[in-house]
Amino acid sequence: MLEPFLLRALLFGLGLAIVAAPLGCFVVWRRMAYYGEAIAQAALIGVALALALSLDVTAGVLIVTLAVSGLLLLLSRQQVVPFDSLLGLIAHAALAAGVIAASLASGRQPDLLGFLLGDILAISNVDLYWLLVGGAAAIAALIAIWRPLLSLSVHADIAAAEGTATDWVKLVFVAVLALVVAIAIKIVGALLTIAFLIMPAAAARPLARTPEQMAVIAGVYGMLAVAAGLLLSVTWDTPAGPSIVLVLAGLFTLSIVPSVLRR
Amino acid sequence: MQGREGLDWPLQPTAGLLLRDRPGGDDAAPQDGGHGDGAHDHAAHRAKPALPHAPGALISARGLTLARAGRPILAGVDIDIAPCEIVTVIGPNGAGKTMLVRALLGLERLDRGEVRRREPLVIGYAPQRFDIDRAIPLTVARFVALGRPAAPGGEIAAALAEVGAAPLVERQISELSGGELQRVVLARALIRSPDLLVLDEPARAVDYAGEAELYTLIGRLRTERGFGVLLVSHDLHVVMAQSDRVICLNRHVCCSGVPDTVAQHPEYARLFGPQAAHAFGVYQHRHDHSHDLAGAPCPAEGGNRKPEIRNQKPGDDL
Repeated sequence: MLEPFLLRALLFGLGLAIVAAPLGCFVVWRRMAYYGEAIAQAALIGVALALALSLDVTAGVLIVTLAVSGLLLLLSRQQVVPFDSLLGLIAHAALAAGVIAASLASGRQPDLLGFLLGDILAISNVDLYWLLVGGAAAIAALIAIWRPLLSLSVHADIAAAEGTATDWVKLVFVAVLALVVAIAIKIVGALLTIAFLIMPAAAARPLARTPEQMAVIAGVYGMLAVAAGLLLSVTWDTPAGPSIVLVLAGLFTLSIVPSVLRR
Repeated sequence: MQGREGLDWPLQPTAGLLLRDRPGGDDAAPQDGGHGDGAHDHAAHRAKPALPHAPGALISARGLTLARAGRPILAGVDIDIAPCEIVTVIGPNGAGKTMLVRALLGLERLDRGEVRRREPLVIGYAPQRFDIDRAIPLTVARFVALGRPAAPGGEIAAALAEVGAAPLVERQISELSGGELQRVVLARALIRSPDLLVLDEPARAVDYAGEAELYTLIGRLRTERGFGVLLVSHDLHVVMAQSDRVICLNRHVCCSGVPDTVAQHPEYARLFGPQAAHAFGVYQHRHDHSHDLAGAPCPAEGGNRKPEIRNQKPGDDL
């Protein structure tokens, strides 16, 4: 029988894979991988905030990811610095600030590696509640904005000319992204959260004929990778996040073999 | 609300709309008056009192002014599109045609000016550039349906058939050629049952036969369905037969009127004559070629072809 900690990690990972799949598809379609990366790397600041204020870690991280997400949305309107450079700058500045802040916070040394790369031992019942409530909210929000968000992702100008409330849709989307990233860092870590979002979606692309198919296939791949990755993790005592991401990388490689050979 | 005004008005623009932006009568304009008077035109335009927004127009803009990176793109442009009217905006490269369209659609921030829309106004839009995004798996049918949620499959098929893209219905958007994609984008605009169809260089990716066919189709649909059309084109000849009114744009409105009038206008000759010989190059090209339409290189001796364009009659090359 499964150890309780492993059962919690498995439930958490499988649930997260379901939430991450449609969100990850939109991150891929909207080319927001680095946007998400910047949000995720800021998560450590949230960890420090939570330690300093004795908050739940996910709550602290969520405050910071939401704030950074909103800030990035504002900054994406400026045209002085190329946005990808800006994202790289903010991601690494946030990581540096987060590591220092987490080291200074509350005197005791936090498990930095666990927050950076994920730790299955860290999944508590509280985290499962976070996933249940936050994940359900994320899925509900994505379903509500699905059509306008898809239209916006296919062609932003046509969508706007047709009367889509593009600013609102974008705002809801980046808020959902911040929420899921905040929940996900527990198991895959701040450095690998975006990989966990985009890899199943990218691997699902060659098989998919519709956006919804891509999301479903991504969900299946994500759950497979969570199960296989956790198995690796408990068998060889490897960190959870890297194990899951490595399985996803393998799935992605297999998925693109046919289209590479066809060329 | 004076919506009536437009309904029985497929081909006869009102005199006010027709004459509003012409810098001077045809007869009064000196033959050589076009040389280097761009600044003068701007000054003359600004001096004019602002006209009220046209009542009953689908969209009515006054004094549209915008600059980007310190460079003026549009300077005091007025434009109205009435119900069931086809308005074509022509002008050389860099004249601000696409920016004008984007400003009217609310896609660009204005420095000055105002755009008024009739409410409600359903817009169908086919932009100039449509970069295919291979990341999104999407069938043609689904793409068209994005224009109108819950559109029945039959209507999607009908819209695609209308633009000659019926066989594409189950294809992936990422597999389409430029010309196919342009038709599919037009089908998406049509399925919305638009009040106003906005087409920015719709013939960019189709060959000459396709271009003439496309404009005939737009003209026919306008008559059948009664929507207004704003069309952007790089030259007048092909669109001429279908346009009710032509606006010649070069950051400001140089001249406007029925196609015949504009083709005879000195401002038009000035814009498309010595300055933009390529317009003639393309035009000349058409007589012995039926392809290679967009952006054909210009013959150097455009200047001495000036008389040809001034005598141009609508339909000569159609």
